[in-house]
Amino acid sequence: MSPVWAFVAWLATLAFFAPVAWMVLTSFHQESDAATNPPSLLAPFTLDQYELLLGRDITPYLLNSAMASVISTLLVLALAIPAAYALSIKPVEKWTDVMFFFLSTKFLPVIAALLPIYLIAKDAGMLDNVWTLIVLYTAMNLPIAVWMMRSFLAEVPKEILEAAEVDGAGLPTVLLRIVGPVAMPGVAATALICFIFSWNEFLFAVNLTATNASTAPVFLVGFITNEGLFLARLCAAATLVSLPVLIAGWAAQDKLVRGLSLGAVK
Amino acid sequence: MTTLTPAPRTVRTDPPHRPGKRETPNKWRRRIPLLPALIFTVVVTQLPFVATLVISTFQWNILKPGERHFTGLSNYGFVFTDERLRTAVLNTIALTASVVILSVLLGLGLALLLDRRFPGRGLARTLLITPFLVMPVAAALLWKHAIYNPDYGLLNGTLNAVYRLFGAENGPTIDWLSNSAMPAVIVSLVWQWTPFMMLILLAGLQAQPGDVLEAARVDGASAWQTFCHITLPHLRQYIELGVLLGTIYVVQTFDAVFTITQGGPGSQTTNLPYEIYLTMFRKYEYGEAAAAGVVVVIGAIVIATFALRTIASLFREEVSR
Repeated sequence: MSPVWAFVAWLATLAFFAPVAWMVLTSFHQESDAATNPPSLLAPFTLDQYELLLGRDITPYLLNSAMASVISTLLVLALAIPAAYALSIKPVEKWTDVMFFFLSTKFLPVIAALLPIYLIAKDAGMLDNVWTLIVLYTAMNLPIAVWMMRSFLAEVPKEILEAAEVDGAGLPTVLLRIVGPVAMPGVAATALICFIFSWNEFLFAVNLTATNASTAPVFLVGFITNEGLFLARLCAAATLVSLPVLIAGWAAQDKLVRGLSLGAVK
Repeated sequence: MTTLTPAPRTVRTDPPHRPGKRETPNKWRRRIPLLPALIFTVVVTQLPFVATLVISTFQWNILKPGERHFTGLSNYGFVFTDERLRTAVLNTIALTASVVILSVLLGLGLALLLDRRFPGRGLARTLLITPFLVMPVAAALLWKHAIYNPDYGLLNGTLNAVYRLFGAENGPTIDWLSNSAMPAVIVSLVWQWTPFMMLILLAGLQAQPGDVLEAARVDGASAWQTFCHITLPHLRQYIELGVLLGTIYVVQTFDAVFTITQGGPGSQTTNLPYEIYLTMFRKYEYGEAAAAGVVVVIGAIVIATFALRTIASLFREEVSR
């Protein structure tokens, strides 16, 4: 590629990355250096903001986020893997209809279900409870997971499955020796996507939790007001809560594409 | 290997029919692994919508507890005549259309750049997808405070520095969020969604058959001709997929509106999800909120019908492979 286009590519990249770089840079400054105009780029670095956050405020929120994301991801896998098996390796009748039913639930706007969910949670005494979020996140991610897992399981060569059956291999053997190895990267990718969506979820978290079960995005909402804003601490909190997804997403870029497009693009 | 290669459209989706006595138990054994997921999804996602439908026929404000009663379709009358809701519908359309169109165009440009080899391409790709990975609420706060803030935001700070470079005392102090709230929200969402479009379109570009491109070059086609006649038609399905998935997600935008502008100034940036949220948790008009929710679902079904048709065509090609 000609140097000019390489230059343009890097310029565009840096323009897109600049806000994130700015966020990280500001998070290592003192408040007095963060909120100046023009901003002081080279002010002394400090870990104060992170120490302040982790010292007291943010930790319970991070723990709630971790619990909601990890448990709901495990539940999604437990439900989606058998379902994907029934939809690909030994497909049930009308399996494409079932696939499209799952997908269609993703098209319904969440806001239209919020009110009854709120009322049910309230009546059941389940407001401000992490388990409410876990159930909702499981339902939110299950359709995507079924689609993704099916697309991975569909790659198990039919000939090998048939050969194994002819040789008399039972279901456990087939699953462990043939389906398992092919499906493992798919399981990892599916788990990653479910984790990202749960970790970042906001609408349910902000409306269904109060003090005990609030997740990281709800903690951030405390920074909305303009008065008495702690910019450096906000940037530190934003960096901290984004970090797990950033690391996971950077590490699994290729998987991310396939997951986000429900397995339609490889 | 790609799922998007053209293939015959006719396909058998049902397993071959096997007559015989053992069919029924066998059929059920196959369905068992599917049932937990299916039942869970129906209970948690479908029942609330039925409940919304029921609530939408009630006059129900929790501030007036004694007055809950069946009111038929009058909430729908309200939904279709309310000024605020009409504004919210128009805002939702404007927001979704501009975010999706701009991020697809920018994503296409970036994908074309990143499809070529250049020094540090892998690193550039990693940096480029970062905006999509930042937690949406964190990204929204970052734009609101660190970038748009009139006093110490990056935008005015940069303007200031440029003005000083040319000898002026100080740059302008522009309050971006009051002056142009909608564009400000759109820019922050385009920033977030462009990497997503770039990833899908880059996957499309890299699935291009090399021999066709080679043949075009041998035949003396210019880069522009190759792009218009080979690359763009090949990318069409990927663009459609990006537009549809983007639309589904951007229509539901709540984080950015809630965080950056709270729908304001006035109701300039109030979109449907945010307006319904206000009706529910600020006005406590449950009936009206539910009716608005039902109308949104009907709108979503219209979009989803197109989306499902597109995805079905992609899917059918894969199945018949």
